[in-house]
Amino acid sequence: MEDPARWERDHDSFGPWHRGPFGHPHRGPFWLRHRGSGGPLRRDTADRLAGGVAAGVAAWRGFSVNTVRIVFVLAAVVTGGFGVPLYVAAWLLIPAAGEDGSIASRARSDSAGIGLAAALATLFAFVLFVAGVFNEGWPSGWAWPQVFTVAGLTLIWRNASAEEQATLRRLAEPVSGAGVVRPGRRSAIRLTIAGVLVFGGAGWLASAHQSLALLRPLGGVLLVIAGLVLLLGPWWLRIARDLVLERQARVRAEERADIAARVHDSVLQTLALIQRRADDPQKVIQLARLQERELRSWLFEGRDPADVDMTLAAGVRQIQQDVESRYGVPVEAVTVGDCELDESLNALLAAAREATVNAAKWSGASTISLFAEVEPDSVSLVVRDRGKGFDPSAVPEDRKGLAESVHGRMTRRGGTAVVTSAVGEGTKVSLKMPRSAVSGSRAGGPS
Amino acid sequence: MSGVPRVVLVDDHGLFRSGVRAELGRQVEVVGEADDVQPAIDLIASVVPDVVLLDVHLPGGGGQAVVQAIRAAHPSVRFLALSASDAPEDVIAVIRAGARGYVTKTISTPELADAIRRIAAGDAVFSHRLAGFVLDAFASSEGSADVKPSFDPELDQLTSREREVLRLIAQGYTYKEIARELYISVKTVESHVSSVLRKLQLSSRHQLTRWAAERRLT
Repeated sequence: MEDPARWERDHDSFGPWHRGPFGHPHRGPFWLRHRGSGGPLRRDTADRLAGGVAAGVAAWRGFSVNTVRIVFVLAAVVTGGFGVPLYVAAWLLIPAAGEDGSIASRARSDSAGIGLAAALATLFAFVLFVAGVFNEGWPSGWAWPQVFTVAGLTLIWRNASAEEQATLRRLAEPVSGAGVVRPGRRSAIRLTIAGVLVFGGAGWLASAHQSLALLRPLGGVLLVIAGLVLLLGPWWLRIARDLVLERQARVRAEERADIAARVHDSVLQTLALIQRRADDPQKVIQLARLQERELRSWLFEGRDPADVDMTLAAGVRQIQQDVESRYGVPVEAVTVGDCELDESLNALLAAAREATVNAAKWSGASTISLFAEVEPDSVSLVVRDRGKGFDPSAVPEDRKGLAESVHGRMTRRGGTAVVTSAVGEGTKVSLKMPRSAVSGSRAGGPS
Repeated sequence: MSGVPRVVLVDDHGLFRSGVRAELGRQVEVVGEADDVQPAIDLIASVVPDVVLLDVHLPGGGGQAVVQAIRAAHPSVRFLALSASDAPEDVIAVIRAGARGYVTKTISTPELADAIRRIAAGDAVFSHRLAGFVLDAFASSEGSADVKPSFDPELDQLTSREREVLRLIAQGYTYKEIARELYISVKTVESHVSSVLRKLQLSSRHQLTRWAAERRLT
């Protein structure tokens, strides 16, 4: 079998470095990106903690997101913080999934933004210069590099996507937003107290040069911390809450996709079966009814379709239809008697399905026979094929899996499973499950 | 009977008749074809074949009408019912009318030829589905209102050996495989099946009579 994913991976293994983040970004449709199957490196903004770089790398190479994150954090710690600017650089240079270019590549072509950044930087430099003239003690040593920070932030802000602007705005809120949003009475008091604490603590720290006891600086530090908590606490809480809300929204979206896939699958399957049986109105009606019931019970009652309102005969029929349509091997099903399903009989059907699918996949037989008989105190089910068969004393590993899963399912509910086979003579799986007293019987034909 | 069995085909689909005729080739001698009840009765009465391959569904009435009309006058003619449907009332009705076997139209050619030879030799032929129906109809239903109080245990119940044979037929075993599985001879298997057929035709079990009544046959 050809593996298209692998082909694409080989094909693209140099892609990101040749034409990805630098210069000409790859403009292929983003849905071509398979999880873990290569493709161009993109930041994954849907599953991000910070900039989505780790998630992007994880999706690109098929690692677990958390592994990549741990490696990133370790790398940042080991290199003494050097990893952090690297991460920021990656954030700037790697395009986000679904976008044409990286922030850096957009910023280079943003002439208006460059002009604005230059103007702001000049203004800031001027302010610094004036401040330096009037105030001898101004720590100009670290202030001047901030000119470049201002210019850089301006460019980044202008060229980040709307979603990332929102994040940046949230991060910048305590600096800029606190003054903009009209503060309520309570937050005014809070800000005042926080300010007093921070400045008081800072003053205390500054005055505690040598003369006073060692306890003094500790008290100052505590005051500053308390002030910071008061000042920034609500904002931290909001960020945490937003993160939780974002998570919930993502979970809901995934759930919806799951539902869509499941409904889609089962309904499409039935429609395909109906097309195949178009000449048999009885069968078509039966299929449609079965599907309707399954869909209703799953959508409105949240029950698993496998055990809803079904009888053993219907379960056997379903195995027959599923295997025939999925593997193209005719299944001759004969059911004697019928009864309601309970948990142990569902286990019996699941085991029978395993055995039938296995026969369809491996035996090479032209037909598989499925025989179910409801007796007063037990239900037996025989799956038989006239295919290759195997030597039970030299069971290969893949067959052992079947024996285990069929056997395990049966014995957990008090049933038995016997697999007999010989090379060239086919395989027979005999299952027997005792009936619980409650399940109603319809042995002896329809009555 | 000597050599290949002489066969009459009764089916309202000409395409199906010619298909069967072509596929069976020289394994049987097809001595006539008919597409409805009355022509079939006339034809069978005149050529007296060994075996009649009889479609259960015919335009002028069920296949059992042909069986009933012929049986009294020509007891040597044996019927093998063929049907695309698996509805028990159809199958049981034609068996109770006197057919000695039933197979579905999806049967393979070698199996059909084998079934015709078996019928011609006086044995019974059960498809795996018919075996399932019979097990169903004869299933013990103690405490059920279905059971008539006056049933004849000789006719109205299967022995455990007959049950075993029917179960294996329902699982798709051939007579030879059944014989090996149960450590009995093929002849014994055949006699078990014939005995089941007799019970099927003569028993007054409610399930059987009800199925027969639904096809206006008592």
